[in-house]
Parts: sequence; C-alpha cells; structure tokens
Amino acid sequence: MADLSVDLGGIRSPNPFWLASAPPTNSGYQVMRAFAAGWGGAVWKTLALEPIVNVTSRFAGQNMGAYRMTGMNNIELITDRPLDENLREIAECKAKYPDRAIVASLMTECTRESWHELVRRCETVPIDGFELNFGCPHGMSERGQGAAVGQDPELVELITRWVKEAAHVPVIVKLTPNITDVRYTARAAAKGGADAVSMINTINSLMGVDLDTWLPIPHVDGKSSHGGFCGPAVKPIALNMVGACARDEGVGIPISGIGGISDWRDAVEFMLMGSSNVQVCTAVMHHGFRIVADMIDGLNNYLDARGIASVREIVGKTVPRFVDWNDLNLDYKIVARIDPESCIRCNKCYIACEDAAHQCIDRPADPRLAPVVDEAHCVGCNLCAMVCPVVDCIEMVRVDAGDTVHTWREKLSVPS
Amino acid sequence: MTLPPVNLGPPIAKRLSRLDVQIEANRCLNCYDAPCTRACPTSIDVPRFIGRIATGDLAGSAHTIMDANPVGASCARVCPTDQLCEGACVYNADENPIRIGDLQRYATDWAIDTGAILFSAGAPTGKRVAVIGSGPAGLAAARELARAGHAVTIFERDAEPGGLDTYGIVPFRLPAEIALWEAEQVRALGVEFRTGVTVGETISAETILAEYDAVILAVGMGAVPRLGIEGEDAAGAWDALDFIRIAKMGGDVGPIGSTVAVIGGGNTAIDAATCSRRLGVPSVTMYYRRGADRMTAYGFEIEFAKVEGVEFRTYTLPKRIVVENGRVVGLELISTADDGSARPLPGTERIVAVDTVILAIGQTRLVGLLDAFGVRHDVNGIAAVDELLCTSNPRVFAAGDVMFKPGGTDAMVVEAAQRGKQAAYSADLLMRTETR
Repeated sequence: MADLSVDLGGIRSPNPFWLASAPPTNSGYQVMRAFAAGWGGAVWKTLALEPIVNVTSRFAGQNMGAYRMTGMNNIELITDRPLDENLREIAECKAKYPDRAIVASLMTECTRESWHELVRRCETVPIDGFELNFGCPHGMSERGQGAAVGQDPELVELITRWVKEAAHVPVIVKLTPNITDVRYTARAAAKGGADAVSMINTINSLMGVDLDTWLPIPHVDGKSSHGGFCGPAVKPIALNMVGACARDEGVGIPISGIGGISDWRDAVEFMLMGSSNVQVCTAVMHHGFRIVADMIDGLNNYLDARGIASVREIVGKTVPRFVDWNDLNLDYKIVARIDPESCIRCNKCYIACEDAAHQCIDRPADPRLAPVVDEAHCVGCNLCAMVCPVVDCIEMVRVDAGDTVHTWREKLSVPS
Repeated sequence: MTLPPVNLGPPIAKRLSRLDVQIEANRCLNCYDAPCTRACPTSIDVPRFIGRIATGDLAGSAHTIMDANPVGASCARVCPTDQLCEGACVYNADENPIRIGDLQRYATDWAIDTGAILFSAGAPTGKRVAVIGSGPAGLAAARELARAGHAVTIFERDAEPGGLDTYGIVPFRLPAEIALWEAEQVRALGVEFRTGVTVGETISAETILAEYDAVILAVGMGAVPRLGIEGEDAAGAWDALDFIRIAKMGGDVGPIGSTVAVIGGGNTAIDAATCSRRLGVPSVTMYYRRGADRMTAYGFEIEFAKVEGVEFRTYTLPKRIVVENGRVVGLELISTADDGSARPLPGTERIVAVDTVILAIGQTRLVGLLDAFGVRHDVNGIAAVDELLCTSNPRVFAAGDVMFKPGGTDAMVVEAAQRGKQAAYSADLLMRTETR
C-alpha cells in the first residue's frame, strides 16, 4: 500500500482527493457522507458574511451522443445559508474526521475590513485552511467579487495580502481561467503571500438553446445568464494551466489541480503535471461520493505496480517535458501502422486521413482487406489512431534515427 | 382501407424504447464505405440514417431509408438482417452488431405515425407506364417512375395493393398496415392504382401494350402447385398462401382441428405453421423432404417457429392424404434418403392422424401472362431478362419473383425492391432516349 497522504502548502490530508468548493460541499450532512466514503478533504462551498439568494434552475449538462454530462455549467452562486450555520457544521465534521482537510472557501466585498472580519469569524472553528474564491465567473462577478477580482493581478495580490495578515492557517488562491494568461494572476497570488494556488475555476459558458422554445439553457423564468463550465470537457484546458504555472518560476508555490478530474487516471495526470493534490466536483455530481473508493484503489495500485512508495514522488515529474513549441525536436518522425489482424474495416482512419489529414492511407481494392499506410507520406499526426475505435489497432512507430535534435529555436536563433 | 381486427397475437419485434434508440444509434461508428450499406441489396446508407436518428432528424432518417428502399418499412420487419446489414456490421467481431433493422423500424415508424410525405413526383414527361403487380417490386418500380415524372398506372388483381407483403406474410411478422402505408406513399406521387383488375382477364395484355410506353412486369408468382398425390382436393387441404391470406385479413379458416401438418421448408411454410399455432392448434408439425440445412426459410424464422411450438420432421415426404367423408383425417408419410436426394425409402411408410394439411412447396409460374406480353421464359416459366431487366419485348421489363431464379438471394423482399428500382431506371432510360 503506497503512502497516499499529501501536503498542499501546509495542509495535510490522508489522500490527494478533495472535494472542490461546489454543491457537493454545501452542508455538513454532505461533507460527513463524503468523508465516510473516503474523501481526503473538502473545500466548503464558498462562505460569505451574509448569505445570498440563489435562483431556480441552476445547472445544465453537455451530452455527447449517448454519454451524459461530458461537461456541465452552473449559475448557482455561493452558499445561501447563514455563516454561523456553516461554521457549526464545519466544527462537527472536523470533530468527527480530524484527519481530513477542511478548507473554507471565502468570498466577500473588496475591502480589507470585510476580508479580515470573514477570516476572523471562520477561525472561531477548527479549520485547516482558506481558499479565496477569485474565480466564479457568474453572478458574484457582477457585484465586483469572484472572477471580477481574479482577472486583475493587482487585486489578487492585494486581497491575498489582506487575508494573510489575518489568517493563522494556510491560504490557497483559486484562479479563474477566464483570463488571457493565468500565470499573471498566479504570480500575483504568490507575491501576495499565498501558500498555494488552485486551478481552474469554471469557464464562462452558455450551455445551449432549446430548439423548441428558443430559450437559453438553463433558464430562469425564460431568461438565462452566462454560467461556469466544468466537467470532463474542461480537463485539457485545466491541465495546460496547471502545467503553465508549474513550470513558471514566478509562481513557485504548490498547485491544487481542478478541472474535469473524474477518476484516478486524471488525478495522476494532474499530479505528474505539478498538482500536489486534486479537487473534484462534476464527477461527484454525476455519480456520487462513492467514486473516491475507485480513485484511491486505482491510484494505489498504479503506484504499487511501479514500486513508488509515496504519491508525493510523482508530483511534477512531467513538468520538465512541458516546454515551448520552439524547443520541440523537428527531427523526430513517427508514422502510423495499422494492424490488419485487429482492424475491423470501419475505414474511419481512411476517411479521416483522406479528408482531414495528408491523404496517406490507401484502401485495397478488396474491401475485406485492411487499409494500409503510405509511410513515405505519413506525417505522424495521430489522427488515424485517434479515430480508430479499436484499442491499439493503429500504432505510431518511430522511424527517424533518433540521434539528432534540431529545434525551431536553433534555426532562428530565438532566445529562450 | 380499414382492416378487420386480426387476433393472431402480439408482433414478434418489439419497438425499441427511446433509451435503446439513443444508446444504439450512438453506438454506430459511422463507418466509411460501410459494410452494412454494401450488404444491403438496395444500398441503404445505414450510417447516415442512423446518424440522423442520433441527432433527432427523423424526417431525414426516414427519407434516407425510403429513398433507397421504397418498401423500407416492411424490410425493417422481414429482412434477414443477420445475413445482410447486421451480418456485415464491423461489430460482429464482438458478436454485438448494431440493431440496424430495429433502428430502421424506429425511423420508418416515425414516418408512418406522423403521416409525413417523403417524396414528390417529377416534372411530367408525358410518358405512360403500366406496372403489373403491386408487390415490393411493383411498388418500387412505380415509385421511381413517378419520381422521374412518368404517369404510372398499377394493375393489381387483389382488392388491396402490396402483394405478398399485404397478404402473404403473417401479421405478427408484417402487419398489412405497413405494406399499405408503403403503397400510400406511392399513391401520393399521383400513381393510379387499378385494384381488382386481373391482366389477361379484366384487361388484355394487348390493350396495355398499346396504351402505355413501357410495361413493368412485377406479377410475382401464382398459387402453390399441386403435389400430385391423393386427397389434395379434400376439405382440410390448403394452399398455404390462401390459408395465410384468410387468417391475416381477419377471415375464418373454418375448423382446422387439433393437428396440422405443413408440407415445405420455406418462409411461407413457417408462416403457415406459426399462424396455425396462433390460431390455437395444439399440434403443428412441418414436414420437409430434405435436412434442416436445406430449408430455404431464414434461420431466425426457423428459430422463431421452434419458440412458437412448431415441431419439425425432416427427411420426410408426404405420400398420400388420407380422406374420410370428404375430409382430411390423416397423412401417409415416407422417409427419404439423407444424402440430399430426397429419394423415398420404400418400407418406411406410416400414417399419422392429422386434421389439416397445408401445402407450402413453392409457387406456380404465371406462364400465360408472360406469353401474352410476348416475354420469353425458360422451361420453368421464369422470365428471361438482360442486365437492364429488359425482356424479349423491348418495352417490357421484369422485376421480382417473376424473373428470380431459385437459389441465391431470391425471394427476399429487399431484393425484389431493388429489381423494381432497376427495372424503373431501365424503362426511364428507354423513354428518355426516345424523347430525344
């Protein structure tokens, strides 16, 4: 059994799987259930000095074919329950599960006094850390909070500093992806004294339009507003931002990875790309808290199979491989090879290459035979292997000598 | 037409639920140059019609199906899909092909339920075409000729159009309403249906040849032939097609007793047998002179008959129908050699008590009609055609059972539909060439 315990900027938890600040962490009842299921930590649904009012309806799902909820968006705001009620439930959860991390997500108006007051009141109960919600793109941003703050590096640094002045526990700054370059706000958080950054919050979105009623989806009495998009579909965007911050010297603080993490495999990817732990929401909203048992089991077996004693050893191991395009080896050459034995003759590879790539897959005159790659013209783009429905039927094989490296940076003498 | 209620039990195929449709339609890989389409005699673009179901474009899906196959709703129910589209599906490696037939039924049911009009007639060419017979081949030919702009008249001897699809396939396999809907689709293009008209009796072949620019012969075949054994004329001895027709159309087949013997090994024999079971006959046995592997019935039909409680006796030939007081009371049988020759084995005769004998040993050829149109045929009465389905009379084209030779894929509804289309395209070509 590998050691799954992690430390995010001083916040410890028995495993790297936290619930993100979201509907699943709205109440003590839910967090108790989550901890009973095995979650290592929970970031409480964002607290404020005064509860807000939420709307009906709130969520919408993105479906792909028969697969439900490849993404979801929400227009629900922060907690709509009184602060004292939330704090009492936090204390109850912490008393019952002292080894788990409970982090309070915070949001309030942009004054030093307000932030100090919120921190002071939250620290009246045992709490392991704060996460500053600078990310929610909808609703609160119209009140000058959430993403409205998180899109301005100066405000990020300022508020982080205010919170650090008052807080006695580690402070995480949660970043919005709705920004040109996330490294600027991440650096600002670090400069303000944050102990860690978490990313990504949800992405600005409009889920859809109803073809029959022509109303936006979801709608509130016939009208809608832009919401926050999350779930499996956002994972590549989140992973890129995590990697960008992990390799940025100006950031230099631990990262909590968030964005479409649905199983242990996603978690391993985020940790290899520099996350010290991960936070999950949509997968729980889809399947319930029970999925953490599979995440723990899969992660443990993965580490054990590789003789890795602690999950902390994998954090950031892929970061050095995430570089500028200018540093990629232009001499590297792979081509596709189709295994005629496992090929089922669907010809997806053929038509993809023919219409959308480089016209280098040929079909034999006899349709019972498998397509064949014209290796001389194959550019190794991977498209055929991507569309192939059969696992491992199309292999990408290296064909260059493998002994030379030439990059665009060298060619143009671009300074790094 | 309002059909009388037919109480022969529930249909064999269940409608897919919306959940099943969603899963199944999205499971399709959308293959390129798809094997399912290649395997369909009418070349239905299967991935396209399934993809249109998946996006909720049921009008487009039904159009894709019916465009390629004018009797696509019937085919969704009667095609041996395991030998055609589903048998070719790339998922067969996992023994889990897409349920193409059921999805085709879903899309065509939508068209039937909504009353959608899928096609329109072409700009009038001034040419007139007679289509003799309104089974799958005739309907397909008429539909394509009307879309090409020709004035089409269908001559049908029965009261209703559809041929064997309407009258000759048991309702729990293919309800008559489906075939009649397909005929209505053709009628909606302006095709004139002259039903209850027997060519050669009500109207002569000469008259038709004189009045029309081209003729499509899609007359199918005639009654079940006689076996040439004693007792065939007794009460209780049936032509299987007559038997199925009466039962399907809500008529009364009269007393058929508790024991029915069906002679034959094709799909019509299966239909007569399963129909008998559903009429409440406790003991129904099919007698076939060769082995089960030589039966021309589709495998899934044979399995269905077994499930319905039909018994099978192979390598058995009827020798005599035993008659008392003018009614069938028994059947004398003789075993045959198991070498495929169907040679009777003397000394194996025995008599079984039966109340009804149903003959389903193929159909006679309508040779007189071919002769009347000046169409050459072989000794078996099969119309001779060239690759354009043109007969020895250059204005007469033949499609369907009238030109199918036994063996291969003959007698499939989908194959008849394809031949009907081809005959229409050839006739169209002829008439357009003459216009120039």
